[in-house]
Amino acid sequence: MSAVVKSPGFHSAEMQSMLYLNGVTKSFDGFKAINNLSLDIAPGELRAIIGPNGAGKSTMMDIITGKTRPDSGQVRFRDSIDLTQYDEADIANLGIGRKFQKPTVVETLSVWQNVELALAGTRSVLHALFHTLSSEQTDKVNDVIKLVGLKEKAGDIAGSLSHGQKQWLEIGMLIVQGPELLLVDEPAAGMTDHETMETAALLKEINKDHTVVVVEHDMDFIKALDSKVTVLHEGSVLAEGRLEVVSANPRVIEVYLGR
Amino acid sequence: MINSKIFERSAIGRLLLADKAGRYLIAALLVITVLVPLCNLLMPAGSFLHIPTYVVVLLGKYLCYALLALALDLVWGYCGILSLGHGAFFALGGYAMGMHLMRQIGERGVYGNAELPDFMVFLNWTELPWYWYGFDNFFFTMFMVALVPAALAFVFGWLAFRSRVTGVYLSIITQAMTYALLLAFFRNDMGFGGNNGLTDFKDILGFSLQSDATRCVLFALSALSVAGAYVLCRAIVTSKYGRVLIAIRDAESRTRFMGYRVEHYKLFVFVVSAILAGIAGALYVPQVGIINPGEFGPINSIEIVIWVAIGGRGTLFGAVIGAVAVNYAKTYFTGAFPEVWLFMLGALFVISTLYLPKGIVGVVTQIRERRAESNATSIPEQGAKS
Repeated sequence: MSAVVKSPGFHSAEMQSMLYLNGVTKSFDGFKAINNLSLDIAPGELRAIIGPNGAGKSTMMDIITGKTRPDSGQVRFRDSIDLTQYDEADIANLGIGRKFQKPTVVETLSVWQNVELALAGTRSVLHALFHTLSSEQTDKVNDVIKLVGLKEKAGDIAGSLSHGQKQWLEIGMLIVQGPELLLVDEPAAGMTDHETMETAALLKEINKDHTVVVVEHDMDFIKALDSKVTVLHEGSVLAEGRLEVVSANPRVIEVYLGR
Repeated sequence: MINSKIFERSAIGRLLLADKAGRYLIAALLVITVLVPLCNLLMPAGSFLHIPTYVVVLLGKYLCYALLALALDLVWGYCGILSLGHGAFFALGGYAMGMHLMRQIGERGVYGNAELPDFMVFLNWTELPWYWYGFDNFFFTMFMVALVPAALAFVFGWLAFRSRVTGVYLSIITQAMTYALLLAFFRNDMGFGGNNGLTDFKDILGFSLQSDATRCVLFALSALSVAGAYVLCRAIVTSKYGRVLIAIRDAESRTRFMGYRVEHYKLFVFVVSAILAGIAGALYVPQVGIINPGEFGPINSIEIVIWVAIGGRGTLFGAVIGAVAVNYAKTYFTGAFPEVWLFMLGALFVISTLYLPKGIVGVVTQIRERRAESNATSIPEQGAKS
């Protein structure tokens, strides 16, 4: 299993941060969705990002993954790569995987085929036309399907999965992409309590070999992750630290926790 | 025995073994390729088995439409690109073929000019426009039949897909594209015969287009082209590339975030589809004997979508069935009740969208599944009785 989730190089001594945002601003029609946001994620870290609706969490994800260009500020990956210069496909190939808030899998393909498509490798048209899987790749797909607990469902059409299973499938698809950094948007949304806890355990397992950033609302889930927490409010960082520390912060209580 | 082993090992063999409907379709096409010309050429005119020439031509026309429908199903059924301008690629392939046939007329035209087609003499042109050069050569023409639609699809697709134009907006601009070409080809000074288009063809590669044998050969070529195109499309959609296309159709941004260059994938399939449509047009023109700007009409392109929708989108053989069925109905109804045909076509489209989202093929699959289910439930009952 560790062979599956291994991604090379993030323990290298020289790298300071996996993801570094500095003074990022983005406004839509005058509304500042992101306002002078700075964030520093260390290699190998598991970070939870919380914040009320409209705090700018999704816009931040869009900026990191190249869907939206910021008006100003720096967005750097692995210290030196300027992410504002690339689009979604480039950034995915650089090693950043993104899970959407709404589970997004290819509903008409099987679980196995979904994972196969996401499997790291050349993405060119010509390659895809004449592609056949090696036994090593087949093993990798099977291992990841096992990791996310969908072994019995491998041949099923993804559209027939439950909401929670789709979320796990999508996480599995992220892992086989072989990213160094995983951005996970509200993985526990719409899940049962039991599924939520399983998802937290899964993310902690994945964190052994990947840097993971999780955006979430569910406080039980954040507690289960047991990681450093960043609180966003009105497009910038309000507080940062362990959950116990952050939740004692009076400003945080005022805008978010103390509803 | 040895033959069947070779068949199983060949790429096409493996493809067809996993595709029952495809096997039936290919078998049917091969049978008519042989049978229809035989019944036309060898059976005496009064015989029960004789197929008159007009029927051969009509069937050949349906097969060209079937090829066009396959081309559309490849982009619409598998990649979600609803092109309402595929008639343009068909017409361009047809015009390329028409230009060759015009040049073949030579001195036998009304004005007896060996160099210039009649309509150019009529317009007092003194020399052949540069873009007509080369079309006297059959192989150059065949090359252009593929290249011209491919080039248009490439430029159009490159601009549209790179700018991420999708859905109904893409459909509208494809419609605008074919309409713009319609207007352009209507103009006399474009040099393509204006309103009248290209017609009065005499022969192809020295064989008279009026002879039954030539018509039978064109028919057979059309049937074989549909079979070949089916195998090609099937190979494309069952490859990993085909699964990426389906991923783009159902979850475009997911595919992008997986690192696939969606615009490249769309562009490739769009160009392949345009080439198939161009070939369909090139086979169509010598059989019907005319190509005019009407083929660029927006309605024509919409009709192709209706064939595919009624046959069953995203199945390939559904497109073939739909094209033949709807066009047969069109032939019958425009003869018997000409004034109701367009209403019928509209009604068919509405009914298939509302009640048969998977078309004729979907209905057949549903019936078979139900039958399989009732069989599955009835077997244990029988076991209990005995």
